[in-house]
Amino acid sequence: MSSIAQKKGFGATIWDFMTTVDHKKIAILYLISGGFFFLVGGIEAMMIRIQLAKAGNDFLSAGLYNEIITMHGTTMIFLASMPILLAFMNAIMPLQIGARDVAFPFLNSLGFWLFFFGGIFLNLSWFMGGAPDAGWTNYASLALASEGHGIDFYTLGLTISGFGTLIAGINFLVTIINMRAPGMTYMRMPLFTWTTFVASALILLAFPPLTVGLFFMVFDRLFGASFFAVEMGGNTIIWEHLFWIFGHPEVYILILPAFGIFSEIFAIFSRKRLFGYTALVFATILIGFYGFMVWAHHMFTVGLGPTANAVFALATMIIAVPTGIKIFNWLLTIWGGSISFTTPMIYAVAFIPSFVAGGVTGVMQAIAPLDYQLHDSYFIVAHFHYVIVGGVVLAILAGTHLYWPKMFGTMLSEKLGKWTFWFFFIGFHLTFFIQHFLGLMGMPRRVYTFGADQGWDLFNAISSAGAIFMAIGVIILLVNVVMTTIKNERVGNDPWGDGRTLEWAIPSPPPFYNFAQTPLVRGLDSFWIEKMEGNKKGMIFAEPLGDIHMPNNSFIPFVMSLGMFVASFGALYFLDGDKPWALAVLVIGLLITFGSMLVRSLKDDLGFHITKAELLKDAKGGNTDGH
Amino acid sequence: MDINQRYTPQSWPEHPETATMEGKNKFIGFWLLLAAETVTFASLFATYLALKDKGPSGMEFSAAGLFELPLVFAMTMILLTSSLTSVYAMYHMKNHNFKAMQAWLGITVLLGATFLGLEIYEFNHYVHLGFGYTNSAFSSAFYTLVGTHGAHVLFGLSWFIALMLRNAKRGLNMYNAPKFYLASLYWHFIDVVWVFIFTVVYLMGVIG
Ligand code: HEM
Ligand SMILES: [Cu+2]
Repeated sequence: MSSIAQKKGFGATIWDFMTTVDHKKIAILYLISGGFFFLVGGIEAMMIRIQLAKAGNDFLSAGLYNEIITMHGTTMIFLASMPILLAFMNAIMPLQIGARDVAFPFLNSLGFWLFFFGGIFLNLSWFMGGAPDAGWTNYASLALASEGHGIDFYTLGLTISGFGTLIAGINFLVTIINMRAPGMTYMRMPLFTWTTFVASALILLAFPPLTVGLFFMVFDRLFGASFFAVEMGGNTIIWEHLFWIFGHPEVYILILPAFGIFSEIFAIFSRKRLFGYTALVFATILIGFYGFMVWAHHMFTVGLGPTANAVFALATMIIAVPTGIKIFNWLLTIWGGSISFTTPMIYAVAFIPSFVAGGVTGVMQAIAPLDYQLHDSYFIVAHFHYVIVGGVVLAILAGTHLYWPKMFGTMLSEKLGKWTFWFFFIGFHLTFFIQHFLGLMGMPRRVYTFGADQGWDLFNAISSAGAIFMAIGVIILLVNVVMTTIKNERVGNDPWGDGRTLEWAIPSPPPFYNFAQTPLVRGLDSFWIEKMEGNKKGMIFAEPLGDIHMPNNSFIPFVMSLGMFVASFGALYFLDGDKPWALAVLVIGLLITFGSMLVRSLKDDLGFHITKAELLKDAKGGNTDGH
Repeated sequence: MDINQRYTPQSWPEHPETATMEGKNKFIGFWLLLAAETVTFASLFATYLALKDKGPSGMEFSAAGLFELPLVFAMTMILLTSSLTSVYAMYHMKNHNFKAMQAWLGITVLLGATFLGLEIYEFNHYVHLGFGYTNSAFSSAFYTLVGTHGAHVLFGLSWFIALMLRNAKRGLNMYNAPKFYLASLYWHFIDVVWVFIFTVVYLMGVIG
């Protein structure tokens, strides 16, 4: 497609990505960095399973084990799953609604760089005196007692990357509200766009409490405040509330886009309109709404009292209803469809029983008296891996295969894709199914070892064996990516042949302005409608061909995020006593950030126009890269 | 959008802040940001209420003993007035009267700066009484809530000043009208938060 891009040197390509405001390139940045952190988190997981493979193992020390489980959880949630989902949202959602761009291309880039620098900062802890070790939930009673700077890497790193995520959420919301093509009413939006919308709303309202909690923790540990210090009148439960007011919506921020991806897959590969589209939309909204009213089910054993526990238990059980509605709609979409078992479709079909198992254990835990038994045991570990791996990660793998051609213009090998699936799927159940029983047998979560006389050897060994299967699956996927990229066989607009929504009506990858002419949408599954009516162009247009306005690239988002990164080191070492330069570093970092903000607001940035003549040249197969 | 296009009060649109696509996007995006800010302040208020009057055993400070209403009441009136003057500024913005808008914004900035000065004086006073940031959970929660609001005031002031200086020579156009509008929206938000601080922290604090 982009002949210029291929001729560009390596340095120029890097510069292009560092300054890009194109949502499709930002998507690639998210995918690469999220994928990288996914591998890091995966290696940490393997180390956990090696340590637990046999009784009394000494592969990891107790302290290092704590650091590794903390970083595994934190990395997987904040730096791997969420960014990879943001990659798909960026790559696909604007195309699905027929938009040329997102609402705030500059902020989109800023959001990515904040996430990126936050993630790097957090992981630098490994090389700078030790990683955080209070669990991904970072409960204050543990965190305040933790020595060294590990926890500070956690709080500051997540603050920075959290700002990035918040910005991304606002950007997607405004894009969906304002930038839909003519005719794209809310009730014609593809399900992936809908779930992006609701997940973004959850980001908007759930991240501020986390940020506030993180700030409290920063002030307590670094500036002498005492929000959580009991001897000074503080209260550690405040952290738990703030964390879970964020934390439970967070799991829906992850799972709703996953639902969206699977909804697309079921419709495409059953060659049928989604069954119960309206019900699916309202179930999504309802889940988002209830998601904010159940957080204390993570705190049943804190002692909030029977009334609070009863209320939150009921609210939690209610949330299973809209989730069940979705499951039945998907089943009825497959029912009677003309099914093709492509790699994404296999993932989608396997997702249903896996996720239902996680939902069932969730409802069990929602029964507060029972949760007194299950809490902090391996049963919980089994539950959330069934929903997160069986739901979110399967969706990420499915989405990678489904959208790879749209993002990169090549098709991942179906054969290797299926190998990945089988290794990963079998490994997943092997690892986590048996953990339910380990939990029921009394094995607590977050222990670094166990005794030979406790009777947990065999099940732990089986669990560790499963992890190896998953690792093999991921390695095959990497091989697949490399081979596909080397072969570089370009594909057309609709490589799966059965695309239903607008993104499949334009080239793979699309030109940087997406649509030379804005499409006119005539119904749900608009590309499918045009196909059925024999429209060779795949869409009808809402406007004649004319000049297009596009935003300029900018280096400012990178610099602004870098400033925050620098300032964080200053804050981190502020109270250390032997590091007088810390204050200077803090000030310099903030100056960089606010200085670049000022430059941004004082310098007019009006973008540029692509002329009609250039568009016509493009259509004949010229350069579509723009710069 | 042509930044050099000249407008007269007659050709100036009725809602310049949402007359362009960029303006519309900013308008909605900013309201969403305010939603996030609301949740932020809600978390801060909840924490303050949980930690009010809590400290190490034998702490001598309490909200009822510490806060005095006269100064805070004056601060409240000043900030409320500044909200009103920013409304006048926006009225003139919509009528394409650049000079009058700048003048009212100038008054707004002066009032805001006075408020901030009084807040610094107030904090300084408490610190001299021994009620420093690290004194207790109560003091941490108090300074963080009220200080976060103060930081917002500072940011709002800087935003106004930057906009006024940047556009002093070139007047109003479709590119900067949404910016002025959003800055004043932000100012109102800060004002509303202060009303809650006045009620929850000071009024309810003095009553005990
Ligand atoms: C049917 C819906 C669900 C119900 C009823 C449910 C219920 C629960 C309950 C009651 C707990 C607390 C258990 C304890 O710590 O004692 C829990 C933990 C957890 N759930 Fe779910 N859940 C559901 C769906 C999900 C989904 C969709 C996800 C993520 C995609 C998820 C992720 C988690 C995580 C990560 C934890 C553990 C947090 C921690 O302590 O580290 N859950 N769930
Ligand atoms: Cu939950």
